[in-house]
Amino acid sequence: MMPGWRRELGRLARDRAAALGMALLLLLIVAAIFAPILAPFPGDVADFHTANRLHSPDAANWLGTDRMGSDLLSRIVFGARITITIAFVAVGSAVVLGVPIGLVAGYYGGWPSNLLMRVSDIFLAVPQIVLAIAIAQTLGPSIENVILALSITYWPFWARLVFAETRSLKNEVFIESAIALGASPLRVMTLHVLPNIASAIIVRTSIGMGATILTAAALGFLGLGAPPPTPEWGRMIAESREFLPEAWWYATAPGIAIVMVVMGFNLLGDGLRDFLDPRIRRGAGGK
Amino acid sequence: MRRLEMILSRLAWFVPTLAGLVVIVFLISNVIPTDPVRVLLGENATPAQVEAMRIKLGYDQPLWVQLARHFRDILSGNLGISIYSQRPISEDLAQRLPATLELTLVAITLSIAVGIPLGVMSALKRNSLLDHMVRVISVSGLAIAAFWLAMLLQFLFSMKLGVAPLNSRIDGFGPPPVTGFMTVDSLLDWDMESLRSAFSHITLPALTLALPAAATIVRFTRAGVLDVINSNHVLYQRAMGMPPGLIVWKYVLRNALISTVTQIGLIFGVLVTNAVIVETVFDWPGIGTFAVQSILQSDHKAIIGFTIWIGALIVIVNLLVDIVHSFIDPRGTR
Repeated sequence: MMPGWRRELGRLARDRAAALGMALLLLLIVAAIFAPILAPFPGDVADFHTANRLHSPDAANWLGTDRMGSDLLSRIVFGARITITIAFVAVGSAVVLGVPIGLVAGYYGGWPSNLLMRVSDIFLAVPQIVLAIAIAQTLGPSIENVILALSITYWPFWARLVFAETRSLKNEVFIESAIALGASPLRVMTLHVLPNIASAIIVRTSIGMGATILTAAALGFLGLGAPPPTPEWGRMIAESREFLPEAWWYATAPGIAIVMVVMGFNLLGDGLRDFLDPRIRRGAGGK
Repeated sequence: MRRLEMILSRLAWFVPTLAGLVVIVFLISNVIPTDPVRVLLGENATPAQVEAMRIKLGYDQPLWVQLARHFRDILSGNLGISIYSQRPISEDLAQRLPATLELTLVAITLSIAVGIPLGVMSALKRNSLLDHMVRVISVSGLAIAAFWLAMLLQFLFSMKLGVAPLNSRIDGFGPPPVTGFMTVDSLLDWDMESLRSAFSHITLPALTLALPAAATIVRFTRAGVLDVINSNHVLYQRAMGMPPGLIVWKYVLRNALISTVTQIGLIFGVLVTNAVIVETVFDWPGIGTFAVQSILQSDHKAIIGFTIWIGALIVIVNLLVDIVHSFIDPRGTR
């Protein structure tokens, strides 16, 4: 028995789907970090060469050029930075907001927790995109506002999840004994409840990242994201619409980029679910 | 008895939920930095004109008075006048709702018709080529941005192959409206030309919506069937020599579908979400297009009206799902 995080990671990587997910996300992160080195024409994020506009893919511009003559590959590589920022900050804030709310509401119960859960019900009653569009439109088009809109609309997902898990854990013997031994509510919540529901939170977060990227792209598509020169993938697809039958590569490239990233998060989420679920674990991890 | 209790308590929450929704959306739409009165009158309006219009529309009152008025209006069924179309918002929404409902119903029917059989087959023939293909398609179906898929289908089937129309609901004026569903109305009017046109128009947007929904249904059905197949009661039935077909259809499916039915409420939410975007791409004259237009034009009252309708719709669908659920899975009601 020599567990260690290396062996555990290896076990997760043996799940082919999860490994593919991790590879896709690694690609995204590498693209985001090394964008200025990897992009063939780093200047094309802001520069334009109208003589070059709407060129189909060739040796110089692997994915073709857009309506301004900018290299699509370079713009997509830089777009990875925006996607990754939106996903991590928006989902991060939703987790930071939702988890404590769910934890406290689930632990204490009573009318305040009922009220909190009703408020989250209200948020969940409207499609996320509608609320997010309304908020993003209200605040004006910018990446910060997209992030804000997404965190405001996403926190109830985590609040509900944590609430349900906490409430069912609360009656477990080990929690009761911790309370009987005089542990403070804060200690019980952070040291006994939270570690036990962490896997559920991690899985939900990974899948939530994918959903957030799709919603953010939709906001960009509607013109509510970052303003024009920004290489945001959703906006790029919106711009490509009027050139569609002819410049097919223009819409293709950013769309495939979105599919790859969202699929990466979803596959990783599925893999983590199987990996962290002790029922499956016993069966698969025995040998 | 328990079932009735559950339904009543859910109904009792219906009104507070919607009221809360009104407050949240009202607050959000009122911190808007743009002044709707100014947007409405244009840049050349004099300050006096702006002031007069502000008083006429009630924007001069304190926030809580405006909110109270909203509630009074909503309770009397009056959602206000759309600033832009100059028509009552309830009328606009009522006229557009059938288009959205028709689209989402066709999409959900399509996704159930494809998703459940595929999910069951995929689970029964686990790790076969079919299973792998279904899993790859369902994973990618959940990763595609709806607006991109919509454009892809438009590009392929309308622009390149020319087999489906690019946008809108029907060619010409369509049949006389009875239900508001173009397909049903054409059938009632026995107008085959319209029926064909209505179906060809709804195909691409419905396919766009159905793909992610079908992917979700496949995943849950597959997982549900796998769970049941490995359970003790199925092992017992096998040991007793029951025919495999009977086991699957009578015992496995019913138990496996419980989790799928629960998902349908969730899927409906996803469908409505995607409909907002997909309608915009296909110029589908539903409430999604209406919502996007009102939001982009800062039409507060229209946004609130739309949100209340959608909120009510989703709450009702979830209630129906819970009722259906209580019939096929009596455990929760005991």
